[in-house]
Amino acid sequence: MQKTAILTRFREVANAPYAYLRKLKSTTGKQMIGSTCAFTPEEFILAAGAHPFRIFGESESLSGADAHIQAYGCSMVRGMLEDGLSGKLDFADGVVFPHACDSIQRLSDIWRLNIKSLHFDVLLPVKLDTPTAKNYFVKVLQRFGKDIEKALGVHITDNALKEAVILMNNLRRRLKRLYTLQSEKPGVISGSDLAAIVKAAMVMDKQEAVTWLDELLVLLENEQGSQEKVKRILISGSVCSHPDIHQMIEDKGGVVVWDDLCSGTRYFEGIVDEEKPLVEAIAGRFTQRYVCPAKHLGVSFQMENLKKLVSTHKVDGVLFMILKFCEPFSFDYPDIKEELENMEIPFLLVEMDRHNEVDEQMRTRIDTMLEIL
Amino acid sequence: MAGRLKATKKMKSIMKWYYIEAKYARYLGKKIAWITSGGPVEPLIAMNIIPIYPENHGAMIGASKKGGKMSEFAEGLGYSSDVCSYAKNDITSSITKESPIKGGLPKPDMLICSNNICGTVLKWYEIQARKFGVPLFIYDTPFVHTEFTEEAREYVNEQTKDYIRFLEKHTGKKFDYKKMKKVGKLSLEAMRLWKSVLETAEHKPSPMTAFDAFFHLALIVTLRGKKVVVKYYKQLLKELEERNRNNVGAVDNEKYRLLWDNLPIWFRMRWLSEKFASHGAALVADTYTQAWCGVIDYVDENDFLSTMGEAYTRIHLNVGVDQMADTIKKFIKQYDVDGLVMHSNRSCKPYSFGQYDIQNLLQDEDIPVLMIEADMTDERKFSDSQAEARIDAFMEVIKQRKKEK
Repeated sequence: MQKTAILTRFREVANAPYAYLRKLKSTTGKQMIGSTCAFTPEEFILAAGAHPFRIFGESESLSGADAHIQAYGCSMVRGMLEDGLSGKLDFADGVVFPHACDSIQRLSDIWRLNIKSLHFDVLLPVKLDTPTAKNYFVKVLQRFGKDIEKALGVHITDNALKEAVILMNNLRRRLKRLYTLQSEKPGVISGSDLAAIVKAAMVMDKQEAVTWLDELLVLLENEQGSQEKVKRILISGSVCSHPDIHQMIEDKGGVVVWDDLCSGTRYFEGIVDEEKPLVEAIAGRFTQRYVCPAKHLGVSFQMENLKKLVSTHKVDGVLFMILKFCEPFSFDYPDIKEELENMEIPFLLVEMDRHNEVDEQMRTRIDTMLEIL
Repeated sequence: MAGRLKATKKMKSIMKWYYIEAKYARYLGKKIAWITSGGPVEPLIAMNIIPIYPENHGAMIGASKKGGKMSEFAEGLGYSSDVCSYAKNDITSSITKESPIKGGLPKPDMLICSNNICGTVLKWYEIQARKFGVPLFIYDTPFVHTEFTEEAREYVNEQTKDYIRFLEKHTGKKFDYKKMKKVGKLSLEAMRLWKSVLETAEHKPSPMTAFDAFFHLALIVTLRGKKVVVKYYKQLLKELEERNRNNVGAVDNEKYRLLWDNLPIWFRMRWLSEKFASHGAALVADTYTQAWCGVIDYVDENDFLSTMGEAYTRIHLNVGVDQMADTIKKFIKQYDVDGLVMHSNRSCKPYSFGQYDIQNLLQDEDIPVLMIEADMTDERKFSDSQAEARIDAFMEVIKQRKKEK
C-alpha cells in the first residue's frame, strides 16, 4: 500500500477517535474501557477480551464540566469530563483512573458521582524507586486484574495476559522504531503524521495498529529524510495534541525529532520483560521507564532525563508545551530551564490554555524561536 | 465582647521559643527536618529532631500580606502564576530570606514529605531537596477514593519501617521505641484535646470561631507528641469551657452559625471575621482544622507506630469527594449551622475540585452555600469588593430563611 494511503487511515482514526471506537464496538462486540492517563496497564484490559483506549478531551465547549470543576482546572481534565458528561463516550463500558496528579484524582471522584459506567481506580504509588513501593505496585496491578475480571465477568488466564504483553510490546517497539527513524532521518515523516499515528495507536485495535505500522515501517526504512539541514526540536510537556504545532515548526525548517509527552513517547516507552513473571514484569516497565513528573524516581530524574534526550537526539532547541494549571510540569520547569541554560540549548515555554488549540500568539512565539535557532 | 483568648499570648510565646530553638539547633546538637503539614511528625519528636513546617511558614507569610509579592518573585524564576502559593512563598523565602521569622526558616538536614494532602508537596520537596542537597523521604499514602485497601495498609506500614531506617541513617542514632510510645500517647492526647477544643463551638453562642481555630491550630500541626502541646490545649479548653459556662460568645449577639470549607484566606482573616461578625454571623467550625483530629479512631494509643499509617492515609484531603461531603453533613448537624462558606482556593486543587459536587450532595441538607474565589496567601487573586457583595447577598438569604423558620 502507498504511504499516503496508510497515513490517511491513521489520520482518519486520530481525527475521529470516538467514531472509530463506536464502529469497533459494533463490529467486535468488545467492551470498551477508556483511560485517563498513560499509567493505565492496558495489558489486563486486553487479556480480559476488552478494548482499551485513551480519552482525549475532544470537546470544544466545556459548559458541562464547568458545573463540576473550577476554571483553574487544566483543559485536559475538564475536557475529559466534558466528553463523559456530554455523551460523547456513551459507547464506553468503563473508565480507568490511574493515580497520577491531584486533578485526575478528583476527576475520578467527580466521574464516579456523575457518569454511570464501570469505574476503576488504580491506586498506584507516587514513588517508584524503593523496594517497598515496587512491591506495592505489583499488588495494585493484581487488584486491578481482579477488579477487571469481576466487573467484566471474565477470567484472565496467564496465556491471555502473556499474549497481551507480547502484543503491547510489539506495538511499543514499532512506535519507538518510527520515532527513531524520525530522529535518524528527520523529515522522513511529517510531525503531524507522527503525532496522528501515536494518537491513533492509543485508540485502535492494537493488532490492527501493529499491522498498519509494519506496512508503514517497511516503506519508511528505505526512504530518506529531509535533504536540507533541519533544526532538531524536542517537545516536552504533558499533552500536546494539536497537529498544527508540527506544521508551524516544519514551515520554519524545524523537525520534532523526539518528544517527552503523555501524548507521545510516554505512551510507548519501555518494554515489558516477557521472560519474567507477568504482573511483576508489567509493573517493572512502569517503574523503570521515564515517567511523568507526578511520579517520583529520584529528585533530579526529570532534569537528567531531559538532558539525556537532548544529547541522544542532538536537539537544537526545546519547546516546552505546558498545559495551563498543570502543577507537576510547571514545578519542574524552572530547574530544567536552568540545566538547558547551562548546556546552552535554546528553549521556549509555551503555556497552552487548551491542549487542542493553537492561538496566534503561540504561533508568533514558536516562529520567533525557530528563526533564532 | 469576648475579647481575645488569654491563651493566645502563651501560644505566641511557645511558637517564639520553638523557632529560637530551631535557629540554634546546630549549637544544641539537634537536626532539623522540614515536613509537610500532614506528615508523620511523631517519629521526629521521638528522635529529638526539630520539625519545621514550610506550610506553616507559608501561612505566616500570607497573614503578613506578603504572599502576592513573594509569589511574584518565584514567578520571575519561571514558576507558573497558577501553582500553589505556599510552595512559591517557600521557594522565594529560601532564596531571599524574606520572612516573618528573622532570617527565614532554618536550613533543613532532611525533608519529610507526605502526599496525603496533595501531589504538589512532592514537587515542592523535590525542588528543595535539590536546592539544599539534603535527603528526602516520601511517605506515600494511597488515595482512598472509596476504600482503604489491604495492600495500601501493608504499604504504609512498611513505609513506617522505611521511615525509621531513614531517620536512623541520617541521625546516626538508634530509634528510641520507648520514647516513641510516650510520644504516640501524647500525640493522641493532644488530638483528643484539640477535638474537644473545636467541639466547644457546639455551644450557642460559640466561644470561638474558625478564625480562632486557624490560629490555635499551629501547635497541633507542628509539635503534636510534645508535652507542651497537651498542656497548652488543656489551658485553652479550660478557657473556652469557662466562656461556655458564662455564655460568652466569640461574636457579639451571635445570630447565625456558619461552617467554613478549605484553607483560610490568610491575608483577609480579620477582614472576613469582622465582615461576618457585622452580620451577627459566627464561623463556628471548619473542615480544615478538624483534619488534625478527624482520624483519632484509627490510632491505637498503645501501638501508635503500627497504626499511624492508616490514620495518615485517611485524612480529610486524601479521601473521595463523597466522604468529604459526609464529613460536612456531620458538621452541619453537630454545630447546627445555618450556612456553608466554601473557599474555592486557586492554590489548592485537591481541596477545591469537587466542591461543586459536594454542594450537589448537600441538597437534602437544604443549606445555603457561598463560594468565595480566592487563594490562601496570594492577595492578587482576591477581590474585596466582589467578596463583600457576595457575603452580603449570602447573609441576606440566611437572614430571610431564618426568619421564615
